[in-house]
Amino acid sequence: MSLAPASEKPGRSRWAQINPVYFVLLALLVLIVLQNPRFAEPTGYMNFLKRAAPLAILAAGQLYVIVSGGFDLSAGSLITLVVVGSSMLTNNDPNATAWVIAVMYAIGVVVGCVNGLVVTVLRVPSLIATLGMMISLGGLSMMWSGGSPRGYLPDTFRFFGRALIRDVPVIGLLPIAVIVMVVSGLLLWLLMSRTNLGRMIHALGDNPRAAQLAGVPVLPVRLSAFVVSSLSAVTAGILLGGFAGVSTDVGTGYELQAITAAVLGGAQLLGGRGSVPAAIAGALTLQAIFTLLNFMGFPQPLRQVVQGLILIAAVGLAAYRKKQGAG
Amino acid sequence: MKKITKVVAGALVALALPSLGLAQNYDDPAEFAKSLAQLSATPMGPEGEPWLQYLEDSMVDTSQYAKDGPATVCFSNAGVNNAWRVVGYTNMTEELALHDNIGEFIHLDAEGSDDKQIADIDDLLAGGKCDLLIVSPNTTAALTPAVEKACEQLPVIVFDRGVNTDCPVSFVHPVGGYGFGIQGGQFVADNTPKGGNVLMLRILPGVDVLETRYSAGRHIMEDAGLNIVGAEFTDGDNAKTKSIVEDYLQRGDIDAVWMDAGATAVAAIEAFEDGGYDIPVFVGEDQQDFLQKWDALGLTAIAPTYPTYQWRTAIIAASRVLKGEAIPGPEWVLPQPAITQDTLADYIDVTMPPLHYAMCGCEGMANYPQAWGGK
Repeated sequence: MSLAPASEKPGRSRWAQINPVYFVLLALLVLIVLQNPRFAEPTGYMNFLKRAAPLAILAAGQLYVIVSGGFDLSAGSLITLVVVGSSMLTNNDPNATAWVIAVMYAIGVVVGCVNGLVVTVLRVPSLIATLGMMISLGGLSMMWSGGSPRGYLPDTFRFFGRALIRDVPVIGLLPIAVIVMVVSGLLLWLLMSRTNLGRMIHALGDNPRAAQLAGVPVLPVRLSAFVVSSLSAVTAGILLGGFAGVSTDVGTGYELQAITAAVLGGAQLLGGRGSVPAAIAGALTLQAIFTLLNFMGFPQPLRQVVQGLILIAAVGLAAYRKKQGAG
Repeated sequence: MKKITKVVAGALVALALPSLGLAQNYDDPAEFAKSLAQLSATPMGPEGEPWLQYLEDSMVDTSQYAKDGPATVCFSNAGVNNAWRVVGYTNMTEELALHDNIGEFIHLDAEGSDDKQIADIDDLLAGGKCDLLIVSPNTTAALTPAVEKACEQLPVIVFDRGVNTDCPVSFVHPVGGYGFGIQGGQFVADNTPKGGNVLMLRILPGVDVLETRYSAGRHIMEDAGLNIVGAEFTDGDNAKTKSIVEDYLQRGDIDAVWMDAGATAVAAIEAFEDGGYDIPVFVGEDQQDFLQKWDALGLTAIAPTYPTYQWRTAIIAASRVLKGEAIPGPEWVLPQPAITQDTLADYIDVTMPPLHYAMCGCEGMANYPQAWGGK
């Protein structure tokens, strides 16, 4: 682990000044349009953004935990819990949406706090702590739903993940999910780069001992990182439930996609470095790769292979660049 | 990680099956032809009560099983783990109330496990209380020895999925998977221009009644000159279904969607709705949510059914056997109607739950609709 954020090191080559994820994303989008010109129309790219929105929000939240030096593996099963729990609680009543969403965010706060406390107070490594949380939340969803998808989400709930504003000037149509993504992204970016909390999360991830000696309150800062991640998972869950309704399988694998996206955006595993816009760009890049594979007619399991390879390649590349920069 | 495990497990099973000699032929021209004939056959039995009707004119004598006084009927059930089986089991319990000669009814739920069901049947036989055993097998090959063993001790009625033995008194089932595939495939072929693109959506591989739906549907649509753009597994999951359809819509036009089961049909329709596309020809099933969507949007659609009223027939067969009355056998083949535009209005009921299966033959029963979750 480096002692200072790598970007502050002098003598880094100029090509590394701009995060390469933006170039990769741009190149992928060009390839997609060449493959399928329909993508350049609003229905094409807006659907793309709508599909990417939950992952983008989740990656931005996951980034907080990664920068603080941990992992949050419980995010995917929290998504499932939100979808299943919301369908059970709303019970087909359109007027229940508001309080059910409030309850879901409250559950998110509790899950984040428990993760943070287990990691900080009990000193369980975050990989294990959140793995345990992932398994527990999965079981909770199963118990709550009785094991099979049942019930429905009312249209008022599904609004966020499903509704579109039509006849918008220039872009034609605008999914609500894209608005949610932009607003969440802005909030998470401001919190990370313009507040003291963001600086302390960076410091903690970079060198916990030094941060502690410098007076960073470790418990509340780590807790905040896990709570932000859980709240982003609740938001992603609300969008995914809105997108397609009830499903007991909806969050599976999302935690790993979010970590992959954050790493693609240049976040350093084990903490200290990462940016919210780049993590969102990482999520869009991952989604763009999936879209490209889809257009080329590759089956879904191949996406998982590719996702794994990307994760390894991104971490490998980051390590290589760090070595170059240090040398 | 879960998915990868599934893929690996699937691959292992696929490798293991042929070597164990368990590979079954899900694409049998003779069965296909038989089902095609049964779909258009005129049923025997009382009109308007399809759960009492039969398509094959062959009866079995059951006088040797006649029993005086109330009998105990045991039921080994593969599971009540999906909406179809929940509706079916409700039909069954309501039908039971109509039969005085069945005193006690013992139900064991195998929760979708072959092993548990084999143990359940053993327990029921060892208990010695059963006068007759009803079995709805979890899988065909695995349950065959257990059913054969039961046949040696008492009369057995099998329904829904089959077993590889003719020892039961009768095997109650609708026309079956080929019939389901034929009805949907023929509708698509009749309503889609030649060369049209068809997307086939399936729940999961390896289940006989689903594999035969697929092979029959695919044959008919290919023979009609349609272009099958893909056949994808949805795991019966709404989110996955909708994503798959959106992916295909981004690749090109879709003129028809054929599904081997309708539980996620509404999610598939939503993919077209939300993307601003016209909704193509659709094959769903008799779930209320699909029927209502079909009606509201004025779709060109059909709902083949795998009627849940067969759960009533199983009890009726048991009751008659215990009275020593002849029943259709060795196979009691029930009619398998599809819901079409002409009959759609008869089956829509907005007070029923979204995943209620409309072809239940249960509307005239005493506790309808409350017992089925209706208001």
